[in-house]
Amino acid sequence: MSPTPAAPATPDRSHAAKQLQWLDDETLCLIPQSPGGRLEDKWDRHKFQLKLISPANKTKFSVIVVGTGLAGAAAAASLAELGYKVKSFCINDSARRAHSIAAQGGINAAKNYSNDRDSVFRLFFDTIKGGDFRAREANVYRLAQLSNDIIDHCVAQGVPFARDYGGFLDNRSFGGALVSRTFYAKGQTGQQLLLGAYGAMMRQVARGGIEYYPRREMLELVVADGMARGIITRNLLTGELESHAADVVVLATGGYSNVFFLSTNAMASNATAVWRAHKKGAFFANPCFTQIHPTCIPVHGEHQSKLTLMSESLRNDGRVWVPKTAGDKRTPREIPESERDYYLERIYPTFGNLVPRDVASRQAKRRVDEGRGVGPTGIAVYLDFADSVKRLGRKTIEERYGNLFEMYRKITAEDPYQEPMRIYPAVHYTMGGLWVDYNLMSTVPGLYVLGEANFSDHGANRLGASALMQGLADGYFIISATVEHHLASAALKPITVDHDAFREARAAASAKTLRLLNIGGSRTADEIHRELGQVMWEYCGMSRNAEGLGKALAAIPKLREAFWHDLHITGSGESLNGELEKAGRVADFLELSELMVLDALSREESCGSHFREEFQTGENEALRNDDRFCHVAAWEYREGLRARRHIEPLSFQYVPLMARSYK
Amino acid sequence: MTSAGPASINIKLKVWRQSDAKAKGAFHEYPVTGVDPNSSFLEMLDTLNDSLVHQNIEPIAFDHDCREGICGACSMVINGNPHGPETGSTTCQLHMRLFKDGDTIVVEPFRARPFPVIKDLVIDRSALDRIIMAGGYISADTGNAPDAHCIPVHKRDADIAFSAAACIGCGACVATCKNASAQLFLAAKVSQMAMLPQGRVERSERVRKMVATMEAEGFGSCSNTGACEVVCPKSISLAHIARLHRELLRALFL
Repeated sequence: MSPTPAAPATPDRSHAAKQLQWLDDETLCLIPQSPGGRLEDKWDRHKFQLKLISPANKTKFSVIVVGTGLAGAAAAASLAELGYKVKSFCINDSARRAHSIAAQGGINAAKNYSNDRDSVFRLFFDTIKGGDFRAREANVYRLAQLSNDIIDHCVAQGVPFARDYGGFLDNRSFGGALVSRTFYAKGQTGQQLLLGAYGAMMRQVARGGIEYYPRREMLELVVADGMARGIITRNLLTGELESHAADVVVLATGGYSNVFFLSTNAMASNATAVWRAHKKGAFFANPCFTQIHPTCIPVHGEHQSKLTLMSESLRNDGRVWVPKTAGDKRTPREIPESERDYYLERIYPTFGNLVPRDVASRQAKRRVDEGRGVGPTGIAVYLDFADSVKRLGRKTIEERYGNLFEMYRKITAEDPYQEPMRIYPAVHYTMGGLWVDYNLMSTVPGLYVLGEANFSDHGANRLGASALMQGLADGYFIISATVEHHLASAALKPITVDHDAFREARAAASAKTLRLLNIGGSRTADEIHRELGQVMWEYCGMSRNAEGLGKALAAIPKLREAFWHDLHITGSGESLNGELEKAGRVADFLELSELMVLDALSREESCGSHFREEFQTGENEALRNDDRFCHVAAWEYREGLRARRHIEPLSFQYVPLMARSYK
Repeated sequence: MTSAGPASINIKLKVWRQSDAKAKGAFHEYPVTGVDPNSSFLEMLDTLNDSLVHQNIEPIAFDHDCREGICGACSMVINGNPHGPETGSTTCQLHMRLFKDGDTIVVEPFRARPFPVIKDLVIDRSALDRIIMAGGYISADTGNAPDAHCIPVHKRDADIAFSAAACIGCGACVATCKNASAQLFLAAKVSQMAMLPQGRVERSERVRKMVATMEAEGFGSCSNTGACEVVCPKSISLAHIARLHRELLRALFL
């Protein structure tokens, strides 16, 4: 890194000074603004201390919310309910299609309805431990507290959670926990929660509280006088670049798993909004923390466009195994019980098949590396329901997982009631994201980041059924409080889209589009994207080492070069043009991927999802280095220079640092 | 194991191409060779599109996103069937093993007056959003809720509510209906809310407003052919339309 001890990208104003302090000439220390006092009281006290705006005055303020998944739809609805003028943007033809819709298994809450001694503290504890001690205690505790309010609110909205015969809500278990705290609606929990939030949002659209902009993609963040004050969007149907001004900008645009080309994310999921914000001064935290989900349908061929997840809830009743002998080519039913290795149950007798995702994924990879993988490619393990069908009956299994089994059958043409499923890990979720403080504000004043798009609560590994919880906690309950305080204290000047900052941002977006259209090369965006995905999966996937990461650092700039010299796009910028949309997203993936690799290289430890082969225990488990890396890495973008790494130190007062064990 | 079939098949696609909403569309024929039977229908289209781009021809525009059968974005009519030949399936869940070597496959957009074509296979389904805006929710502001266990709901009722709530808003029911009726879509939401105690407070207003909006948007009415239930990728039952009618009668006369 070249030493340029200049001011950081974020201007040094009173807010930034509170959030950022120099540790030395090179490194900033990020201050999360977590409130003091007892853990249990922090959020309540903070809410009391945040400034209020009278109901009549709230209507004078405007908020832009980008994204309509759980976090974005919930934020738009709850802010409009309070009276703010909200503008909501989504990339699809309807807000209801945001990718939260595809979340299957469930949502955690500390209700203790199962009477198995669950509590807010236990959910907090499990989440900190599951994240391998790389999350902020104050945030995670607040998340656990709010989990119960989420369930109450969603039931009030008519979300049809599964119920037992007494009419009460049913729970199931998820990885990384020894209690049943996961609320669910068959394998369609994300869909039901999202439709609840979408309904709440549509209600506000109808009453005029929300201006709704579907089929829009955010191309630039507008920062005026040091504050986030608007966005530039492309109308995907007409190609028109539109400028939108507001008092505050909220990004809820999801994660960046599609860097890998093949992931379980939807096809349009992308990193452009967060990456544009990063380039305008928002620090990017822990970009290398990507979750590889253990139970996905294996890759079948070279034309595959995406991967399909099979909910973790299946590990409640499914048993994971491979043959004991390498190269055993018999069909699964021909392999007798005594020649099977139920390796998760063998290695982790306490948690068994319900170990956290990172652990289950790495163990699957290890079996495949040992030559004990199954199926035609040998890159899969079995998830077997035969015992459960025998014990509980087919009807019960059908009730619990019917739609998942059906989905598996459609994709593979195999019947999982008869044959065990074949599964393999796939990229699924990104714990990294834009750095935010306790108020969910990024290092750009007035820019808030919610849900998967921020880095906040899951540390180095997210537990199953916690993404829905976090998106809704951020959107329904946190953002309205913290945005209000900002609006009440920031003394914002009125702004219009004629401001120079808007003109510059619009010109930048327009120039990028033109440049993409005029390359006139020979390769499609997908071809280059697929190649990037292979590099990332190979060198920055389930396990990483310095040598491989070095190779990725050499390969990515070459791909970027190829992209900007040899891309071919058909059509024009003035109409619906899927190729242009893809190209814009791939351009940003080609930059973000390099930051992910840099982050993975500089974090010389293993923790959670980030497994550096050089740093492991004798039993091949992740070996943290708390002396050097008990912190969040937050990267600052510098034009023309390598990104600079800053840190937010983490301290653990309530859950003592310990080696994670699920044995 | 995957049933042994041909390693690859060759097909011919007849696809509706229409450059924009005002243009006159037409079918274009494209041969597609070497299709992996294990690939999905949309992956086959991806491959075709990739080769079109290489020939400097604009690729076929179609809506799609999750490719897991849950977002409701994909919407085409394949060989006369919305979402293709398989029941209980979206287009993105179709796999090429359903087709034979040498098949001609006709692909066109959902056709209904309230769903104008935007480009090729992409249509405007915003009318469905407007039906939801009219009342497809429970008016519960954030922060009002009592404990989730205050109101037990009979499992039978909760299950019926869920079966209705499974609607993905794709509009196949409209596309297949000879009247272009959106009754199954609307009934799914009305029925979900009517089955739950928390949804009953607003039941009369909800059903009246949603039906009025549906009619104003130009959707037709139901003549009980049941075609919608057959093509619905989530197999939402016609019984919900019966409940919708009961709810409407109740709202009008009680």
